[in-house]
Amino acid sequence: MYRIRRVEEEIIRLYPSDKIKSPIHLSIGQESISVGVCHCLRPDDVAVGTYRGHALYLAKGGDLKLMMAELYGKVDGCARGKAGSMHLVDMSVNMVGTSAIVATGIPQAVGFAQALKMKKSDAIVVAFFGEGSTDEGVFHESMNYAALKNLPILFICENNSYAIYSSVETRMPHVNICERAQTYNIPATRIEGGDTIAVTEESKRAVNEIRAGGGPQFLECMTYRWRDHVGPNEDRQLKYRPNGELDEWIANDEVRKFAGMIDERTLNTINKAVEDEISSAIDFAEQSSFPENEEVSLHVYRD
Amino acid sequence: MFTETEGGRSLTYAQALYEGVSQEMDADDSVFVCGLGVDDPIGIYGTTLDLHKKFGSDRSFDTPLAEDCITGMITGAAMAGMRPIHVHQRMDFLLLCMNQLINMSAKTSYITSGAASVPLVVRSVIGRSWGQGAQHSQALHSFFMHVPGLKVVAPTTPHDAKGCLIAAIRDNNPVIFVEHRMLYKNQGIVPEASYEVPFGKARILKKGKDITIVAISHMVVESLRAAHLLEEVGISAEVIDPISLSPLDIDTIAGSAGETTRLLVVDNGWLSCGASAEIITQIIERPEGNRLTAVKRSGFLQTPCPTTRVLENIFYPDSKSIALDAYRLVKGDTAEDWVPVIDQAPEISEFKGPF
Repeated sequence: MYRIRRVEEEIIRLYPSDKIKSPIHLSIGQESISVGVCHCLRPDDVAVGTYRGHALYLAKGGDLKLMMAELYGKVDGCARGKAGSMHLVDMSVNMVGTSAIVATGIPQAVGFAQALKMKKSDAIVVAFFGEGSTDEGVFHESMNYAALKNLPILFICENNSYAIYSSVETRMPHVNICERAQTYNIPATRIEGGDTIAVTEESKRAVNEIRAGGGPQFLECMTYRWRDHVGPNEDRQLKYRPNGELDEWIANDEVRKFAGMIDERTLNTINKAVEDEISSAIDFAEQSSFPENEEVSLHVYRD
Repeated sequence: MFTETEGGRSLTYAQALYEGVSQEMDADDSVFVCGLGVDDPIGIYGTTLDLHKKFGSDRSFDTPLAEDCITGMITGAAMAGMRPIHVHQRMDFLLLCMNQLINMSAKTSYITSGAASVPLVVRSVIGRSWGQGAQHSQALHSFFMHVPGLKVVAPTTPHDAKGCLIAAIRDNNPVIFVEHRMLYKNQGIVPEASYEVPFGKARILKKGKDITIVAISHMVVESLRAAHLLEEVGISAEVIDPISLSPLDIDTIAGSAGETTRLLVVDNGWLSCGASAEIITQIIERPEGNRLTAVKRSGFLQTPCPTTRVLENIFYPDSKSIALDAYRLVKGDTAEDWVPVIDQAPEISEFKGPF
């Protein structure tokens, strides 16, 4: 969690240099959800995420060097620079994609689960999405289908209460997202406060039940985006969120909470390892080449 | 009509599609079929009939009315190593799938730099017949031709229907497979063994020297009839079926047009920004384009499709309108000294609904 936080703080530091010439959607404040869930997954379990995907990519085991090179638009990036921050992928760890169109990854995750079931695998799929996704029709179609087919999939709704600057209250006549899943006969639990331990415990239970053939489950994880929807900055000046809301979440920072549980010597060891890894990932991205011109036409089709 | 007799027997277009999918399901456990009605007693005009009994209901299954989700589902399943086929009783329903097809399926290979692929087939039924009207008849192949990452095929003969379907299933990219309802009962010689009709290879169905007619889907059938009518007045028309629209075999088409110097492109769709515009543009960008002396497009009227038969007959090109267009391209714009007499195409006049 601390590693992910520090990676994104470095991205904020680097962003004004204009070396990352594409949009970034920071996970800062929301790391505990990806970390808690992915802690309960096996390497062969599959994760599908969103354009706010740095935390998930790293928590699922995606390679930091490849991510950094991708953000720099370099040929050694996880998608050879052709995808960027919004489309992180590392098939080697079953981090199979992040989409920039809200909710579109959900049915793909369902399809992965369908394939795993057909192949009689006991791996499972986790679909990560924001609460904005639950506004979309395809969310409901996908809940219905996953439940109908009893598929091995865990739905993780990261509820940060805002779709860009639109609060959930302005978008829903009745704000109860768990009920939306329960309508399709999918067990749903809400976890308050971005609580890493609670997310981990609930995920462990859900993953075990899903792996045992129990069908889809749904966790609504309350969380908060500290920064602007897109870009590196805070957005207090826009005043679309009540005063104090962000401060309260910052005061209950899960990263700091965990740091307080660890002795100083261990903290220093972790700190050094994280800083070394980040600086070597940045060096890797800096030194990597930009793609050759021919690259633009590669991979449009597969042989 | 084109035939390839070796190892073949006469099958209908629908039987050829059934045989193609059945053989692929037999050969490859990763192939599955889904879509509204695929396992019902009609089985998509027989093309999927009882596949669920032969291969199990987890490999051929009905779906909820959720085209967006099912298209995403097959995309994910394809990325996970399956080879799904999603069948739509009307191509109009693909408009409910556009986000997944264009934003996701078509782009997955590119934005993963080839780490993931999406080997899926979307079968979609188009075409006139018995008053299908504005929302049950549309041919939207040009929408998909616009998008890098997708392949689009529209086979006309039973032979090509089977071979194209097998090639589509084996292809590692998303393929939009377009089938005209009025072709289902057409007979043709189809080899029994499994075979592929490769994409990007047009077929010259009739040789000719005075004019090249490039026709798409059911318009191939009407254009062959038109070519027969044109023989009455001594005009020899070459008829080409592109089969695959993306990739497009422009070499064969431009080669023919360069020889005959006259070109008529008959689309089974609207003209505006359509396949016909694309084909003509690609020819005139080549050296053969300089040899063209007369060019025309034919296709649907630029209106929604009317339901009543009398207006339907105006909306769609037929062998008579195609023959007249070709005649005027050869003889000059104002030539009015010949009016071909036709009976309505039997597949249209004999068709009874309600499906």
